[in-house]
Amino acid sequence: MVAKLRAPGMIRAALGTLVGIALSYVIIIIMRSWYDLDPVIDGFAVLELALFLAPVGFLIGLGAFDYWFYWASGRKTRPEDHSGHGAYSWRDYFRVNTDHKVIGIQYVVTSFFFFFVGGLFAMLMRAELAQPGRQFVDPNTFNGLFSVHASLLIFVFIIPVFAGLANYVLPLMIGAPDMAFPRLNALSFWMLPLGGIMMLLSFFAPGGSFASGWTAYAPLSVTAPEGQVFFTIGVQFAGASSIATALNFLVTIITMRAPGMSFFRMPLLVWANFSTSLLVVIATPFVAVSQIMVLFDRSLGFNFFDATGRGDVLMYQHIFWFYSHPAVYIMMLPGFGIISEILAVKSRKPIFGYRMMAFSLLAIVVLGFTVWAHHMFVSGMQDWIRIPMMITTAIIAVPTGIKVFSWLATLWRGVLHMDTPMLFALGFITMFTLGGISGVMLAIIPVTIHVSDTYFIVAHIHYVLFGGSLMTIFAGVYYWFPKMTGRMYDERLGKLHFWTTFIFFNATFAPMHLIGIQGMPRRVADYAEQWAGWNLAMSIMSFFLGISALIFAYNMIASWRGGPRAESNPWRALTLEWQVSSPPPIFNFDTIPTVVGGPYEYGVPGAVHGVLKGAEVPEPAGATASGAGQGSPAGRRSARDEE
Amino acid sequence: MPGRMSEDSRHEQRVPVLQIVVVGLIASALGIAAGLAIDWFPESASTQAGPVDHLYDVLIWSSVPIFVLVTVVVLFSAWKFRMRPGEEGLDGPPMHGNTRLEVIWTAVPAVILVLLCSYAWIVLNDIEEAQANEMRINVVGQQFAWTFEYPQRDGKPIKSTQLYLPKDQPVRFHVKALDVIHDFWVPAFRMKIDAVPGIETRYRVTPDRLGTFPVVGAELCGLGHAVMRSSARVVTPAEFDTWREEQGAPATATEGGEVDPAEQLFAEGNGAATACGSCHTLGDADTQGQAGPDLDETLPGKDAAYIRESIVRPDAEITPGFQRGIMPKNYGDTLSDEELQALVTYLGKVAGK
Repeated sequence: MVAKLRAPGMIRAALGTLVGIALSYVIIIIMRSWYDLDPVIDGFAVLELALFLAPVGFLIGLGAFDYWFYWASGRKTRPEDHSGHGAYSWRDYFRVNTDHKVIGIQYVVTSFFFFFVGGLFAMLMRAELAQPGRQFVDPNTFNGLFSVHASLLIFVFIIPVFAGLANYVLPLMIGAPDMAFPRLNALSFWMLPLGGIMMLLSFFAPGGSFASGWTAYAPLSVTAPEGQVFFTIGVQFAGASSIATALNFLVTIITMRAPGMSFFRMPLLVWANFSTSLLVVIATPFVAVSQIMVLFDRSLGFNFFDATGRGDVLMYQHIFWFYSHPAVYIMMLPGFGIISEILAVKSRKPIFGYRMMAFSLLAIVVLGFTVWAHHMFVSGMQDWIRIPMMITTAIIAVPTGIKVFSWLATLWRGVLHMDTPMLFALGFITMFTLGGISGVMLAIIPVTIHVSDTYFIVAHIHYVLFGGSLMTIFAGVYYWFPKMTGRMYDERLGKLHFWTTFIFFNATFAPMHLIGIQGMPRRVADYAEQWAGWNLAMSIMSFFLGISALIFAYNMIASWRGGPRAESNPWRALTLEWQVSSPPPIFNFDTIPTVVGGPYEYGVPGAVHGVLKGAEVPEPAGATASGAGQGSPAGRRSARDEE
Repeated sequence: MPGRMSEDSRHEQRVPVLQIVVVGLIASALGIAAGLAIDWFPESASTQAGPVDHLYDVLIWSSVPIFVLVTVVVLFSAWKFRMRPGEEGLDGPPMHGNTRLEVIWTAVPAVILVLLCSYAWIVLNDIEEAQANEMRINVVGQQFAWTFEYPQRDGKPIKSTQLYLPKDQPVRFHVKALDVIHDFWVPAFRMKIDAVPGIETRYRVTPDRLGTFPVVGAELCGLGHAVMRSSARVVTPAEFDTWREEQGAPATATEGGEVDPAEQLFAEGNGAATACGSCHTLGDADTQGQAGPDLDETLPGKDAAYIRESIVRPDAEITPGFQRGIMPKNYGDTLSDEELQALVTYLGKVAGK
């Protein structure tokens, strides 16, 4: 028993959690008696501290810090024996694992768990909204449902599921044995379920879960019941997780590319995650600080956002959106990468305008930081800020348009394999275009003045995040399923999943544009009689949409358990992850591959992207001379340094 | 790499570009027609509504063709370029790009967007332009009701929980919030602005249609967010003056008759204090508010002291299932002593029934 408690793992993690809670009691008692506060034990104070210390205790107990503590305490260095690497039984997924492939699966499965929980909340909301008036949830629960729905799907589904997919395939794509910092990678993952579980636990807080929306506008969030702090602190863990991962991606991409893989020979998924990671490391600290300020206002009587105490209410919105607008691109750019991979392979053609595709990603990164106040057109901020924000918001559609048109040109005259990943990719292009169009409409100030805070916004965000991001996630999961599991999914169920999703998604969300402009505000449990018909129809359609997600779940689980074995390269793709077995060997490559051409040279006679045996490096004239495949001297040099 | 047996024959097939363009034009025309035919906006009741609605039509004109372009290319490709049996090993032609095309699809959208922004800027200036002879109305948002204050040249401003506006009279709203952020929106006017604690926000409208139009609290403000509605009545200038004179007259002059004034106070408020009934259900006063406890259930058996305490210090005791801090704590100030006494007496009577 003692041995079990000493060894890193779930038991020690439970103990660590308890120690964290006990420590919170001790610190609060000491502090409050020091200041002569009565009573000496304040439940909420203990809770807020425990929400920080218990997860840290859990992580220490789980062993996320063991190696660092060992090293920091000055003991003799322990040679890495790779005992924490790889998975041989299901138990290996429930410990600190340093294998990027294990972590990738941990990420994807965990975030899909939260996807289904968040989707369930959406079903409950649609049930309440099927009729005007109040049916079976009270206003507080309803406000909690939409707040937790959005928080789960944004912070612990869309953002991390992309990190998970990239965690699995990105090191393989650039010919690296793992991520640059495997232990940091493991820590990043384990902070994620903590954030998500915290948000769910808020339903048990006195006064109910946090109910001020995922935007948690002050001063509503400052005066809200205690459930609010579960969001405030949960976001810290989800955010820290995403910053650490982004840092890891940046270092991995910059330093660990295989010899010959210059920046302009990188697959676009790598470019997309490079851009996303830049956004994450720059922007995410802003959301963390906005919530810490809310916490200080609530618990310590600061008045950052208290107008009666010389605080500034609008400051919250500026800080919050300075993260949360780039967050929209954090949730979209990795999807752009996935779509580029799939379209090239499934159309059997090179990506049209590869360099512009890469540059447009960087343009979005830069422009993405200049548009945040378009969320604040009716907030009462200084009038003049609106004009530059309108122009930058509209202009950001230009690099996005470049991507859409280049994808269309990639399809043109290709040999289109119309299987499930491709269907989702094509569905994405059309639906995301609609989301982009309503996005441009929302840049236009006079229109936004009328439609902000209405169902038009709900429609827009779901066309972008469901029709956009989620479609790319489904496409990516189907596309890499054979690589990640070594099994093939059921193609017929996959197509059924696509068509049900596509049809019922539109049936659910398209009418929201109309009723929003007609004047139905968002975030209401009750609404005027005139929208009863549309809402009932949308509710029924949304239940079918929910069922379509179950088809996906069944397909994934059944295929993972008993699907036919996948070959190493079922799609005849050129990128490196398909040149190793499915699933890949524990250290990815026996020898570091050498990259000799662009990643998408389909249709070029004799084209090769990477060579696995480091010895002979053929340089087929056709491959290097064409378009994207130019290896720059700089790329070669950095690649040599890597060896 | 895969063979190129049938590749040449496949790639020699002509793409019927002209037919695609024709299909696209027809689809765009139908889409624009549908977009313009749909009755998107609620009834318009201000001079601001026209330019906004027209701007939206322009957006329909410019966005439908873009969506049609994308959709037509996707559908055509899926139909025409689909892999057919026997083509499993085939690759497409290795086209890496086309500079001229890429310049076009960068420049054309940029020009369209700049034009749209310029037009939007013109519309914005138009709808926010100062008018001569504006009437000022203060709008105060609090959980969960609106109060409209009409400053008078002499003496106390008139306060109302309903918005009365004379037709064709330019109005400037000065919007404030007492507790959290609210949003003052009249969909028929097409204008909204947040009510923000600590600052005063403004917008202008000129009502141009008689009638009653919903006022919506658009920003999430807590439990009663969904019920934070009111209405705007646009009346003739003559009617407005009559209403204003009535409101300006001493409070005792308001209609007596059979209705207990305290019941009316409960159901409608006094202008400064939010109506109890907007959050509480009470059969006797015919109110259906849902943000606070249902008084038909909780009131019976309570004595006058308890009722007074519940109004003046609402957080002293909380009905199970509800939260502290939702009910405004300022009823002690916003109700006069007589009003408070009348309310307590009335509710005591209902409690004893």
